[in-house]
Amino acid sequence: MTGEPEVVTTTYERLYNWARRSSLWPMQFGLACCAIEMMAVLDPRHDMSRFGAEVFRSTPRQSDLMIVSGTVTEKMAPVIRRLWDQMPEPKWSIAMGACATCGGPYRTYAVTQGVDRVIPVDVYVPGCPPRPEALIWGLLHLQRKIDRTRLRPVSAAR
Amino acid sequence: MSETHQSAAELAPWERDPVAPQWREAADDPVARALAERFGEAVASMRSLAGDLTLAVRREALREVCTALKEEHGFDLLVDLCGVDFPKRPERFEVVVHLYSFAANRRVRVKTAVGEEGAVPSLVPVFPAANWPEREAWDMFGIRFEGHPDLTRILLWEGFNGHPLRKDFPVEGIDTGAAIYPEYYDARQGPVAGAGTGWKPKPPAEPEKGDAAEEEEKK
Repeated sequence: MTGEPEVVTTTYERLYNWARRSSLWPMQFGLACCAIEMMAVLDPRHDMSRFGAEVFRSTPRQSDLMIVSGTVTEKMAPVIRRLWDQMPEPKWSIAMGACATCGGPYRTYAVTQGVDRVIPVDVYVPGCPPRPEALIWGLLHLQRKIDRTRLRPVSAAR
Repeated sequence: MSETHQSAAELAPWERDPVAPQWREAADDPVARALAERFGEAVASMRSLAGDLTLAVRREALREVCTALKEEHGFDLLVDLCGVDFPKRPERFEVVVHLYSFAANRRVRVKTAVGEEGAVPSLVPVFPAANWPEREAWDMFGIRFEGHPDLTRILLWEGFNGHPLRKDFPVEGIDTGAAIYPEYYDARQGPVAGAGTGWKPKPPAEPEKGDAAEEEEKK
């Protein structure tokens, strides 16, 4: 139409990774004060939709990113595990804040000492609570991690 | 002092004369006098602080005293029911009931002591609002309430080891992680809190240490 060549050459791997990292759909659930900062990430000032991760889904079946935002109690831990198991592959998770990372200040009978005891975690975001910029840092970190994903087994790669 | 108050006459009593309230014997209080006449020794002490009555009653009479307060003296709202742990007392727990009278705008506190073995008569037949606070007192302190319709844990999960608001309960908990949810926890997965820092968990204290055991230690 424009006279320009309309062909792009790339690999399936780069295409898949680009598509996956550019449309991360987080799951819509907050556990504590970190969730307030997670909401602030969506406001016009921070605007996580710049990175394609603004579509918070209310069901695990439609989401591929779990942001564990807040204190995980021992009573909540099996619920989080169940939600994680309900998310379809490929899926990633971010432990947001000190509580989700290691229990934070709460070394008590009621608090799980880190959500990584229940689900695997891709990125840990420090802070108590982390500022919205810190969560965006965690998201960009996760995107770089997804960019490194290999579609084939490593042994079969050239 | 607020600028809206123009003269001393408009000031509230505690603003005119800001002295700390003192405990005093409340035998002259009409409610206390009526209860003392009716229950005698079962009402062990009657004191008041800033006009609020505090009654210490024997636990057998708790329900009757509260019924009398509700039916005859108009204390028709159960504000709160909570437990306190005094580990050195012979009966280590105290149950505190807060009642309120809308008609008289008065509050009254009813206390009773109970050990680990004993049971407090439940107030649910008198005040249905006592149901959940009594379950919380059972959950947190292990205080038994006789006649409660469903005395189960309310905040913690069934199977929790111990009662966490007891003074001798280790704050890190007795059972954690895989001991609670073996189907969800993988022992190899994730770091352990304090790993590499030389931090070690305190050995758990005896969770259910009775009064008898303490007395033996003293001997």
